[in-house]
Amino acid sequence: MRKNLTRKHRSSNLKTFVLVTAAFIVMQLLSSMGMLKSSVKGQLIPICVYIVLAVSLNLVVGVSGELSLGHAGFMGVGAFTGVVVAASLRNMVGNDIVRLLIAMVCGGVMAGIAGGIIGIPVLRLQGDYLAIVTLAFGEILKNIIGNLYIGTDSSGLHFALDASNIHMEPAGKMILNGPMGTTGVEKIATFGVGFALIIFTLIVVLNLIHSKEGRAIMAIRDNRIAAESVGLNVFSFKIKAFVVSAFLAGTAGALYGLNYSAITASKFDFTTSINILVFVVLGGMGNIFGSVVSATLLYILPEMLRSLYDYRMIMYAIVLIVVMLFTWSPQAKNWIQLASNCGVMKRFLGQRKEAES
Amino acid sequence: MKKVVTMILAAAMMATTFAGCSGNGEATAMKLGASGPLTGSNAVYGNAVQYGMEIAIEELNAKGGLQLELNSQDDEGDVEKAVNAYNTLKDWGMHVMVGPTTTGSANAVAPECAADNMFMLTPSASGADVIKPGDNVFQVCFTDPNQGVASADYFAEHFPDAVIGVIYDSSDLYSAGVFSTFTSEAEAKGLNVVCTEAFTSANKSDLSTQVTKCQAAGADLVFLPFYATEAAQVLSYANKIGYKPTFFGCDGMDGILATEGFDPALAEGLMLLTPFAADGADERTQSFVKKYTEKYDTVPNQFAADAYDAVYAVYQACTQAGVTPDMSPEEVSQKLKAEFTSMTFDGLTGSGMTWDASGAVSKAPMAVVIQNGVYVSAE
Repeated sequence: MRKNLTRKHRSSNLKTFVLVTAAFIVMQLLSSMGMLKSSVKGQLIPICVYIVLAVSLNLVVGVSGELSLGHAGFMGVGAFTGVVVAASLRNMVGNDIVRLLIAMVCGGVMAGIAGGIIGIPVLRLQGDYLAIVTLAFGEILKNIIGNLYIGTDSSGLHFALDASNIHMEPAGKMILNGPMGTTGVEKIATFGVGFALIIFTLIVVLNLIHSKEGRAIMAIRDNRIAAESVGLNVFSFKIKAFVVSAFLAGTAGALYGLNYSAITASKFDFTTSINILVFVVLGGMGNIFGSVVSATLLYILPEMLRSLYDYRMIMYAIVLIVVMLFTWSPQAKNWIQLASNCGVMKRFLGQRKEAES
Repeated sequence: MKKVVTMILAAAMMATTFAGCSGNGEATAMKLGASGPLTGSNAVYGNAVQYGMEIAIEELNAKGGLQLELNSQDDEGDVEKAVNAYNTLKDWGMHVMVGPTTTGSANAVAPECAADNMFMLTPSASGADVIKPGDNVFQVCFTDPNQGVASADYFAEHFPDAVIGVIYDSSDLYSAGVFSTFTSEAEAKGLNVVCTEAFTSANKSDLSTQVTKCQAAGADLVFLPFYATEAAQVLSYANKIGYKPTFFGCDGMDGILATEGFDPALAEGLMLLTPFAADGADERTQSFVKKYTEKYDTVPNQFAADAYDAVYAVYQACTQAGVTPDMSPEEVSQKLKAEFTSMTFDGLTGSGMTWDASGAVSKAPMAVVIQNGVYVSAE
């Protein structure tokens, strides 16, 4: 039984890695041949970002079973940390890729710290309360960023919560301008790094899920009391999942921030959190492969529907509802089951025929 | 394993449907691209811009000379969507970007335009940073800092003894931009600002606290540098508590008379700084307002007028510089850049408009006051 389970896991993991790699290679090939439309090219990096966000949120919502509504807050922390780090290292690190990687790591660490600080009080709550408090913390993070002024001059970085208190040399440059966000950011994000980040995220999350810790986290999700009774430290496992998730969201945020010339804190509000949650829910709770696929498809969908003009968002909503009904209705499930059984039967019969002949 | 192969094949198939080659084919009309929030809370501005452009293009195409074609994409007022919209427009074969509508989007799209050497003329993105990325990015509207300075100067000139209260939206680029230069200019001019209250997009559904605080501080002139939707609330609440100072807004205030659920009678005496008044006496304004009202059933605001001017300005520059639809966007940009910095343009939002090399427009702001439901020049 155990062996079977492991094998099933492995094939599911393999499927995810193969799909992501294949998609990357196809896109890279098309891009190098100049066959990609610029609209598609422009979507590649955001898709990578949203895949990482969905997979990392799935770790909290699906695997750990805690409904977190503040994921965009961590993304925002990562994004602005990344932008500030990349701007400060401009003269020190010449290689853009290296600078991007450093920015992403710093973004991840800052988001991870934020996740830890928030997680300590929040994860003592359960259910609805936890959802509400994470939502509130997400908004707090957004508002802090929206009121932060960061500038750089010859003496280093300056921080202030008020534009008039920043005390910078006149030659200094504002990096983060409170509610006006960042402008004139050097775009150093690349699709290759985005792909590498997805692979890194998948390795971290899948390994965590299939490790001892992962089984403990899932046991806590399924029955907290039973898990506690066998001596699992509920809080410590939960916070592990939460911090890892925040870290990954931070790295994705840094990639996101460095992919646009200008971003504002208002982007990282709860609408974005809900959007990521929609990716997770539609892909299936705890289903990492599902998160990857649904984040990609749901990101592309509104862009593909541009030709419908005013009816675009209505169509998007309808598609969401249909997919939701389809994947969750028992009839549809039976039907899928039946279809795949038929496939199995055919294969089985085919094999038997082969064996007979 | 079979499943995996199928998956890869499916992915590859999907990929090929996305792929394609861009190219202009046989171009007979200049392709103008635009983007703005056509859905969501700022849709009133995105739609006004789109309608203004449609009217301008209809008029110009009827002339029979250079033909124009408009493709207006929804960017939801979001940076990410704005870049996607821009890329979509580029695939469509756009020659000139006449957008985006909002500053946040424009800040992200302008560097793309600069990198691609695509000529960009935004009708209404008034942020100071919008035109910085390149010499091919131009604005039709005033910049936010200009409006802040102009408002403070106007106060110093016309209300030197006023006790001033300020309410602004600290989460909004436009509002915060106007506010920051207003404060420094007010200080320089020695204006008596007694209270400064902020709100954010998250708590703008109730602005009663801010209004009450201004009343308590004894302000008799309240500066409201934000959009009409929120201003409508401020005016309604002030009326409810019997607080009657002079309210003063910037160009974002334009459109307040058409705000849904707002009693226009409450806007009596409201002053605003705007380049466009729908009751203007000149023939062009009247004809534009008439066409717009007939077609879209509302009175055009300053956004629509700026958009109308943007299309006319591009048209004028194209005809004068001899731009034809078979040119590539780079060639068009090269010619328009030179033309824009040297030409003079008369539009609805000002006559004798000129542009400097930075891309900023120079035209005179105009203060209007609302009397009997129409704008009247305050001078």
